[in-house]
Amino acid sequence: MSTATDPTAAEKWHPEDESPRTFGALVSGYVDRLRGGDVGSLPAVLGLVTLVIVFSVLRPDTFPTAYNIGNLLGQSAGIVVLAMGLVFVLLLGEIDLGAGITGGVSAAAMGIVLSRHGWPTVPAILVGLLTGAVIGFFIGILVSRLGIPSFVVTLATYLGLQGVLLKQTGAGGTIPLQNDFIIKLNNGNLSVALGWVLAIVIIVGYVGGTFWSMRRRRSAGLTAESNLQWALKAITLTVIVLAVVTFLSAERGPHPNLKSIRGLPISLVLMIGLLLVLSFALSRTTWGRHVYAVGGNAEAARRAGINVAWIKLTCFVVASTIAAIAGILLASRTNSISPTTGGGTTLLYAVGAAVIGGTSLFGGKGRIIDALIGGIVIKIIDNGMGLLDQDQGTVWMVTGGVLLLAASVDAVSRRRASASGRV
Amino acid sequence: MSVDTPERTGPTGPTTQPLLTLRGIQKSFGAVHVLRGVDLDVRPGRVTALVGDNGAGKSTLIKGIAGIHPFDEGDYSFDGQPVKVHGPKDSNALGIEVVYQDLALCDNLDVVHNMFLGREITKGGLIDEDTMEKRARETLDGLSVRTLKSVRTHVSALSGGQRQTVAIARAVLWNSKVVILDEPTAALGVAQTEQVLKLVRRLADRGLGVVLISHNLNDVFEVADDIAILYLGAMVGQVETSDYTREQIVTAITTGQLPAKTGGAA
Repeated sequence: MSTATDPTAAEKWHPEDESPRTFGALVSGYVDRLRGGDVGSLPAVLGLVTLVIVFSVLRPDTFPTAYNIGNLLGQSAGIVVLAMGLVFVLLLGEIDLGAGITGGVSAAAMGIVLSRHGWPTVPAILVGLLTGAVIGFFIGILVSRLGIPSFVVTLATYLGLQGVLLKQTGAGGTIPLQNDFIIKLNNGNLSVALGWVLAIVIIVGYVGGTFWSMRRRRSAGLTAESNLQWALKAITLTVIVLAVVTFLSAERGPHPNLKSIRGLPISLVLMIGLLLVLSFALSRTTWGRHVYAVGGNAEAARRAGINVAWIKLTCFVVASTIAAIAGILLASRTNSISPTTGGGTTLLYAVGAAVIGGTSLFGGKGRIIDALIGGIVIKIIDNGMGLLDQDQGTVWMVTGGVLLLAASVDAVSRRRASASGRV
Repeated sequence: MSVDTPERTGPTGPTTQPLLTLRGIQKSFGAVHVLRGVDLDVRPGRVTALVGDNGAGKSTLIKGIAGIHPFDEGDYSFDGQPVKVHGPKDSNALGIEVVYQDLALCDNLDVVHNMFLGREITKGGLIDEDTMEKRARETLDGLSVRTLKSVRTHVSALSGGQRQTVAIARAVLWNSKVVILDEPTAALGVAQTEQVLKLVRRLADRGLGVVLISHNLNDVFEVADDIAILYLGAMVGQVETSDYTREQIVTAITTGQLPAKTGGAA
């Protein structure tokens, strides 16, 4: 800080607002945080790396290929996006057991106007999203105004909407999707050139944006990252983005002369887009801040003048609308909507994804990126075990084990946190 | 803020014109008559301790002042003007802030976020973290707070005294004129109690009217300029701290009778 000449500088006393400037200080600061129980998404990232290494060693010929990774991202998209929506209700300490089926019903609504009534693409997608929003509004009203526990309300919507979905598809039938645009959402790829443009925009945007804000905050004498922290983050992001884009830009089709597959999967771009938009909403708007406040201490939020019922209602609407996007992605993947779209293990995988990523079921703690990391962890197990020719029984047992492990890490870190005074 | 210093205007206590004046306050909850004609003066630059046994009506009185449970009858004036307070927003608008016993902080948010909770500063629709952090620091530095190492610490990582400090700093952030503290030292150790009491004194020295609710007469005699004693919903009296001994105040709290003053400064 450059206020040494300021006579009041001696009055200011915030020693820990200084950021670590050396590599050693950075590492020891991070270790302190871990010891204090603030593990963040470290366990999920470690789990992800471990799983990738294990499957790459066991199936070097199939697992780490660009073809499989592209596939994996497409398989994950539905769960990841659903989990992103769930983060909003989990942050409040609530739950939406029906979110998966909400996605199915919304996708079916879209499919019906599309295939049976011949609607154009955009209005049809809007019908799907609106269906999700209406379901979310219904749940939100019951939870926030009538005070019914969300577990019960969404247990009812889970059962009831499954019935609705069955009626929509017709007994035993499916709603086929023939719309190219929608099918491409979770099967198509961006052109290689566009992928690179996107990568450069993201890198320049992040590196430039964080650099500018670091300088601005430092010159204003506020808490700011040190150059070293900023550089490490910028380099890490740049390397990851470049590596992913390079990896996925190469030809990865098994029969390139019949059908060329290359470029970033559109599903990945959608996930990243949602990640940025939703994270921004949570961290930079008053609404997002109030979501954390209500989840952390609803009574404190109420006394601070925050409309708690409104925050709850909007979170359910947002979660269900995002669930509709997830439903559309699931339908796009299978080119159709069936009575099981969004059913089965979908919702449980999505909740598991958020928890593995580090979101707490007790509310107040969680980020959108948790859903992305956790969702990919869960789907890697599915994908890798499939390549190892394991049956579904084993897959579920392993997935359950990983979830338990994540919950244990959370519990242990929570205990440490309460011992050291962190959450 | 009123700076003219006329004659004594309240029932007791000299010095300046009161910021907040209550006269003949009545409040009932159903058949229970909780406040029976209470008078209270809060003056700028002074710490007024509000004492009384359990059930004397201390909480009801401050909830009425804050507008959470508005009074049934009586005169409520602020800065010499009669006012109507029907909700917390009204009292906040007047410049009255209440720091509740359970603090009402969000553990999962940091110090800056808590201080601005519900009243975030925005720029172009987005949260203006820079301005908020700056103002939070200015407020803390202005109160000479030496216990908070970083304004970006999560509240969950703070000790009881530090939390109390954050809650008090939040109350003075809004150019408030009257700060009401409900049992601020109830759960604190000796050293932390000392810190918080010093902070309470500093608030008054900055010209705020401070109401301190406390069961601990040590605290009261350490920082309060005057003491208002409630007994079964009625005000026994609002007296200068220097005029009375601890034993006399205890008698007043337990019997509702104020002994003759032993003398002191006044």
